[in-house]
Amino acid sequence: MNLLEFQGKELLSSYGIKIPRSYLAYKVEDAIAGAKKIGYPIVLKSQLQVGGRGKAGAILKCKTEEELIQKFQELLTKEVNGELPKCLLVEEMADIKKEFYLSFFLNRGKRCYSVIASAEGGVEIENVENKVIIDIQNEGITPELVSEITDKIELKGNERKEFSEFIIKLSKLILEKEAELAEINPLALVGNGAFVALDAKIILDDNALFRHEDLKKYEQLSPLETQAKENGFSFVELNGDIAIIGNGAGLVMSTLDMVTDAGGKAGAFLDFGGRATTESIYQALKVISKVRKIKAILVNLYGGIVRTDLVAQAILNAYNDNTIQVPVFARITGTNSDRAREMLKESKAKLYNTVEQAINSAVNY
Amino acid sequence: MNNKFDLFDILIGNKKDIDFNHKPVIIQGITGSFGSTHTKLMKEYGTNIVAGVTPGKGGMSFEGIPVYNTVSDAVKETKAKISGIFVPAPFFLNAAKEAIDSGIKLLVAIPEHVPVLDSLKVLEYAKKNNARMIGPNTPGVIIPETIKVGIMPAKPFSSGSTVVFSRSGTLMYEVSHVLTQAGYGQRLCLGIGGDPINGTNLLEVFDLIREREDIDSVVVVGEIGGDAEEKLSEYIISSQFDKPVVAYVAGRAAPKEKKMGHAGAIVYGNYGSAESKILNYSKADVPVAKRPIEVPDLLKIKLKK
Repeated sequence: MNLLEFQGKELLSSYGIKIPRSYLAYKVEDAIAGAKKIGYPIVLKSQLQVGGRGKAGAILKCKTEEELIQKFQELLTKEVNGELPKCLLVEEMADIKKEFYLSFFLNRGKRCYSVIASAEGGVEIENVENKVIIDIQNEGITPELVSEITDKIELKGNERKEFSEFIIKLSKLILEKEAELAEINPLALVGNGAFVALDAKIILDDNALFRHEDLKKYEQLSPLETQAKENGFSFVELNGDIAIIGNGAGLVMSTLDMVTDAGGKAGAFLDFGGRATTESIYQALKVISKVRKIKAILVNLYGGIVRTDLVAQAILNAYNDNTIQVPVFARITGTNSDRAREMLKESKAKLYNTVEQAINSAVNY
Repeated sequence: MNNKFDLFDILIGNKKDIDFNHKPVIIQGITGSFGSTHTKLMKEYGTNIVAGVTPGKGGMSFEGIPVYNTVSDAVKETKAKISGIFVPAPFFLNAAKEAIDSGIKLLVAIPEHVPVLDSLKVLEYAKKNNARMIGPNTPGVIIPETIKVGIMPAKPFSSGSTVVFSRSGTLMYEVSHVLTQAGYGQRLCLGIGGDPINGTNLLEVFDLIREREDIDSVVVVGEIGGDAEEKLSEYIISSQFDKPVVAYVAGRAAPKEKKMGHAGAIVYGNYGSAESKILNYSKADVPVAKRPIEVPDLLKIKLKK
């Protein structure tokens, strides 16, 4: 789960990490009220999950109320990489002396948590050569490693002490809250000698949410995503008109690739997982039926252990109670496939032996 | 990396062993609906399931298999070194630690949705105790026609001399199925797992088979997310891996920053993208199939060279 900036900062603040004074605004009146309390100039920041806000012009400085009103509307309707913000953050301008970078992340290759720190913040860390990367233990960072980091980025005196504390707090956060990433960029040294998190990118481990009641409030699922989740499906809404459902994430991804190669556009990705029952497939069709502008449903089932007549029954049920009206193109191999064929003979569903045949028919429909 | 670990020795043993090709396996979570269904199927396949573990159900039996309250009891009675773990994700950490404490050397971790921190902890604990974890979120491991520990159907697999390593379950079945049909049987098929953290990663499984004379080629079924395929390409080049390798990468058309079903299948920027993986494979001279069905054709070409 990808937290929005204001959510991430709330979490940082609960660990005693300093953040700039800010107000969240859904409406322009809230923004004006917030800015009045802070005093101009302020920064207006679009709250988006996608990266690259700065480059896309979704972070703007406002010197006056007029400017704020105009830019508020501009940002609220500005899409960045296909995402529209629901709210904006009105934030005080920090008195920046120097910008740093700090992140803790799940290092998949090395299979541990790692920390990256740099005295060059405010730019993408991939483009920074002067940085230190250190692997840490599952129990958290040790004082020795904290010293190693502050040595390498050449901090002394009070700045070193403050930065060290910052590292320890963030290390605690990532392990206690089970985040996959906690990135502070820029991490600013401000006029009074404090280190302040000017931005926050935090990704939480969805699979650990069951033991973090306090983090569940950050989950922002659409009604369809909620419905899919309740059924145990993996579901991603896409922009095209062919819904793809199947049993297995890899298989559905592979089908998505093949649909795209054949010139089709996928409108939904749905993996209903290991067990195919009449009820689970019916529920999957129910989720799909609510996705906008779907013209065809492509079912790719790896058989072997699937009783295809149960799948056919699910499709038939979904047609019979009008859950779905669009045609289903299904590649189903497995036991009882003759019976499945017979059952669906009168319906708008067509069965195929190969996925290529099913895809071609769906794309050309 | 633990070079002493020999997967084949644990799974089938040596010819001189009394239980050669018949190594005892226990199932943790045997009485759950998932565990019980697959225990039956594994037994049918010929896997020597000697005991099950479900706390509170000790003394029961399932399909003639005795059930114990603890792994320790099960291991004491059966001397098993292999455990198939079918417990729900929230109980995985404790189940895995209990297995390792009881002397289990190979953990086949089936559950999906295990928190990554738990996987890291099990990994650390396993290393300390000279044990190995496959998964989590894996379909398991199969030596066709001899033993399967996992949830894969039997049908796609046949015995032979290639191996399939896969980050996805159904794609492992799919690819093995087309390989079998094309006459390429498998010596081993192993699911790495669809999570960001793999108990046994691609580099380690390559190490397990590189010296084996009964294996002539490798098929790697990968997907978007992480840098396992990139690291593997470096490994193939730097260690001069000399068996033919063919790959498949799922998720070319997937959008960025979206989890595509597997917790590990997510692209950030270029990190984890299919383009990056395909590019790195080409540097290692590994052909990448566009569709699963093309894998046998690419393998045929590679084996002829």
